[in-house]
Amino acid sequence: MSAAEEVEVVTEGQAVEAVPKRAMTLGYGTSLIVLAVLILIPLFVKNFIIFQMTMLLIYALAVMALNILTGGSGQFSLGQSAFYAVGAYTSAILMEHAGMNYALTLPVAGIVCFGFGFLFGQPALRLSGVYLALATFALATAMPQLLKLGYFEHWTGGVQGLVVTKPDAPFGLPMGQDMWLYYFTLAVSIGIYLASVNLLRSRSGRAFMAIRDNEIAASAMGVDVALYKTLAFGVSAGITGVAGGLGAIAVQFVAPDGYTIQLAISLFLGMVVGGVGWLPGSIVGSAFIIFVPNIAEGISKGLSGAVFGVLLFLVIFLVPHGARQVAIVAQQLAAKLKKN
Amino acid sequence: MTQAQLAQGNDPLLAVRDVSVVFGGIIALNGVSFDMRHGQILGLIGPNGAGKTTLFNCLSRLYQPSSGDILMEGKSILSRPPHRIAEIGIGRTFQNVALFPNLSVIDNVRVGAHARTSSDIVSDSLRLAWVRRGESDMNKKVHGILNYLDLEDVAHTVVSGLPFGTQKRVELARALAADPKILLLDEPAGGLNHEEVYVLGDLIRKIRDDRKITVLLVEHHMGLVMSIADHVVALNFGRKLAEGTPAQVQADPDVIKAYLGSKDQ
Repeated sequence: MSAAEEVEVVTEGQAVEAVPKRAMTLGYGTSLIVLAVLILIPLFVKNFIIFQMTMLLIYALAVMALNILTGGSGQFSLGQSAFYAVGAYTSAILMEHAGMNYALTLPVAGIVCFGFGFLFGQPALRLSGVYLALATFALATAMPQLLKLGYFEHWTGGVQGLVVTKPDAPFGLPMGQDMWLYYFTLAVSIGIYLASVNLLRSRSGRAFMAIRDNEIAASAMGVDVALYKTLAFGVSAGITGVAGGLGAIAVQFVAPDGYTIQLAISLFLGMVVGGVGWLPGSIVGSAFIIFVPNIAEGISKGLSGAVFGVLLFLVIFLVPHGARQVAIVAQQLAAKLKKN
Repeated sequence: MTQAQLAQGNDPLLAVRDVSVVFGGIIALNGVSFDMRHGQILGLIGPNGAGKTTLFNCLSRLYQPSSGDILMEGKSILSRPPHRIAEIGIGRTFQNVALFPNLSVIDNVRVGAHARTSSDIVSDSLRLAWVRRGESDMNKKVHGILNYLDLEDVAHTVVSGLPFGTQKRVELARALAADPKILLLDEPAGGLNHEEVYVLGDLIRKIRDDRKITVLLVEHHMGLVMSIADHVVALNFGRKLAEGTPAQVQADPDVIKAYLGSKDQ
């Protein structure tokens, strides 16, 4: 190990030491502030912004799902768009063909995707690192074509996709469809976030992280490595599926080309920008993948891709550990200010 | 304490029966047999390439013997996958320390208790009452172990930043969290200085005495083995060379020859 690496390890150790118990989460105070902001903002902005904030939460869920898989259990996936698509189609088909209530379709989408992810995790067990990334990449490229198959056309609507009806606010609540859907999504997201935090702090979560850090040692401690790796895939796919279902309802439309590899890569990007293994970073990562392309377009219409690339490069160059790093630095600054 | 006092009944806790391991054309272990009695510290010694690590890996189920059997309390362990060894009371440490580097000391030890606890992802996600109860019982036990091994001060420190000697103690703590009946230690003295080795020796003996845990010590460091082992098995070229008390094995002409030979290299 070179001296530089050693220094890196030590500083990282100390940085994490500063947040001993909540290495993967936020403190109560910060959580409440974030929650208050999320609750209040829609009251003061236009419908289009509310819609964008709904998408922000939905992508944050999908980024968090990937974070549980990669940050938690150490497995890579470039195939999250496939799980997102399955969730979106499950919700859309149940709503439009079976007339099911939109809220009830979400747990179904979650369970279907959990099963799908769990099964996909079985063959993926033999792969790790870049090879697993490639296998999941294959899944992501195959999914849009599978959705277009004539055989399923009656259900999926083929290339045309399906139109989904946006739900009204229940109990005669005086709010528009967009606002209701935002608060509904917020409630679902908070529920899933809390459950994920619980999961990662529990015996199962520790088993995930033990596998991430050292498979042989985990196995010697009695952790069934194959089972927990596939469970991590299942959980990640399940949450992504719920996000997909919510996405279908928010966008009011599902079509095969909405769920290409580009989505999977965006989610991956969101995870890195938010900080791998830090769940609250997911919302920052989500904001990055939703708003930064718009900002880039604002700077230069013709070269928006290049501008986005430069912005992305700056982020990974300046804060390689993403939003997590920013949070840690901020916390240390706050501690220093308190001392003075 | 004599061996007779330590032995509880005549049945061995762990019996290695005529175990052979063949890799391609190389015979790594050739019909090795020995018994481990309750409460014993058994030292397994031998020069490099003698088959110590191979035998160790058979015990922790990373290798499958080509023939022979390994019995824990009279039952074969060879049909068990590696992750189902902890639950029958076999715990281990690793040669160069294999902790979970990004987890805190306490979380490392909590993972050690995995085999002694149960849960499922749904109950864990909802943090149901029985899960909370299980966690708080386990935390009590874990803090007991951290106290016992003097690790409370670093409980919330991430292990990768700790000194090597402390990491070795964390590894022992993690192994103890699974309530092992037998503890397999793979070269625990490796990487420690002279003084640390004897501190470790005292600790191993203390663990055996306090917790009635049987210890298999695979070790290069002769001084450590000879000072704490009750019984020593010497291997060379995959065969058992000698077996007996440390004094007997040390005086064995074959053992002396094997070690002097290895010094010629």
